[in-house]
Amino acid sequence: MHQILHLFADPFAFRQVLPDVWSGFLINVHMMLIAEALVLALALLIAVVRGLPGPAAKPLRALAITYTDFFRGTPLIIVAYAFIIGIPGLRYAGISGYSNEVYGIAALTVVYTAYVTEVYRAGIESVHGSQRMAARSLGLNYGQALRYVVLPQAIRRVIPPLLNDFIGLQKDTAIIGAIGVIEAGAQANNFASEYFNFTGFLVAAVLFIYLTIPLARFTDHLIRERELRERAAMV
Amino acid sequence: MSVTPDFVSLRGVTKRFGELEVLRNVDLDVAEHNVVCLIGASGSGKSTLLRCINLLEKVDEGTIVVDGQEVTNGTVDVNALRRKIGIVFQAYNLFPHMTVIQNVMLAPRKVRALSREAARSTAMELLQRIGLADKAQEFPDRLSGGQQQRVAIARALAMNPKLLLLDEITSALDPQLVAEVLNLVRSLTDVGMTMIIATHEMSFAREVADRICFLDAGVIWEQGPPAEILTAPREARTREFLARVLEGGRM
Repeated sequence: MHQILHLFADPFAFRQVLPDVWSGFLINVHMMLIAEALVLALALLIAVVRGLPGPAAKPLRALAITYTDFFRGTPLIIVAYAFIIGIPGLRYAGISGYSNEVYGIAALTVVYTAYVTEVYRAGIESVHGSQRMAARSLGLNYGQALRYVVLPQAIRRVIPPLLNDFIGLQKDTAIIGAIGVIEAGAQANNFASEYFNFTGFLVAAVLFIYLTIPLARFTDHLIRERELRERAAMV
Repeated sequence: MSVTPDFVSLRGVTKRFGELEVLRNVDLDVAEHNVVCLIGASGSGKSTLLRCINLLEKVDEGTIVVDGQEVTNGTVDVNALRRKIGIVFQAYNLFPHMTVIQNVMLAPRKVRALSREAARSTAMELLQRIGLADKAQEFPDRLSGGQQQRVAIARALAMNPKLLLLDEITSALDPQLVAEVLNLVRSLTDVGMTMIIATHEMSFAREVADRICFLDAGVIWEQGPPAEILTAPREARTREFLARVLEGGRM
């Protein structure tokens, strides 16, 4: 027992490793914030494209479906390897010269965009057709009905699952660390190899938990609030 | 016959959902400032008929002319057409994420491109007219069904439609809320609004309609002045339907 505590939760090691893990963790937060902003926008775009009506939009719809199928089915670590190791290896002037962090953010973005597209799509489909019909019968065109009537309702409904996906994204920033960005997990790993002490992992875990718990509670709060509102609406 | 040209003319309109013919060879004319009531059992095609007129449904055969313009030839600007035609649904279909006044302002702002101030003042006038000015900032789920339906009517009127289609707008309401909605519709007949009304409220139809059409299985079996259709129908089907309605206590 003492041995375990010494290896995983040593107070001296804790103090020693904290600054490095903390500075690494800021990189996690940084990657997460940028990726989340990109995911929110891109996923919405793809979800909308996937819902476009008519035969003219068929190729676009097919493209959107292919994208989500492909990146939802591919493990993040493989996409991350392909981006971080693969793209610089291509030596293309335009895209090969960025830092590992940039490729890491790109990998997180393309994978999570695929998940979040499905979340948005479920939200859009949950808005009853009569809402769109009411909007269209007032003379609003397809885009206006979507923009002012369907999407505001759809997005409100999917905020809890969106936040859940973002908790996943926050944690998965550590996978990027395994490949070549010196974030919290990688800092902890460096410390572990140097001193044969794993306290750094505990520190990193605690930092991640500190970040996700408020988000998880906030998600719970939103879900509860909606349940209350729906119950009130039924009375 | 009528001197004013018909505002709406349907000729040989047929609509199918798969194998099922929901409208069969329907002819209907509605002159400006006239009120036509469609009666008939649920599933007789009344709603579909209304939805075909503002192109929410596509007709399979026949032509529909609205305001001198054929709308069934596939070249018409549907959004421009719908600006002229208001429709109110049985289930209100208010936008739940918007307040009452936002519901009324949306189309004038985005479709008629009115300024926020202009849209707000016309919306407030309408809400005053329907007696709900004090609910302007409420969300629809805080209103009774009758109030929601009045807001839905105001939302349609905010576009200054030349034709109003009312699709069984009191069918989802508790009996004590029906009157407030019908009173509002009655006030619209006073200002000469052209309306086509699908309804189960026979006494209301008798009162406001210039003409009543009886539909069954997608066919208009007879049409004429209320007194004729409701008291001395020629068709056996109409008599049967009216007898059933009478039993149900809706006369």
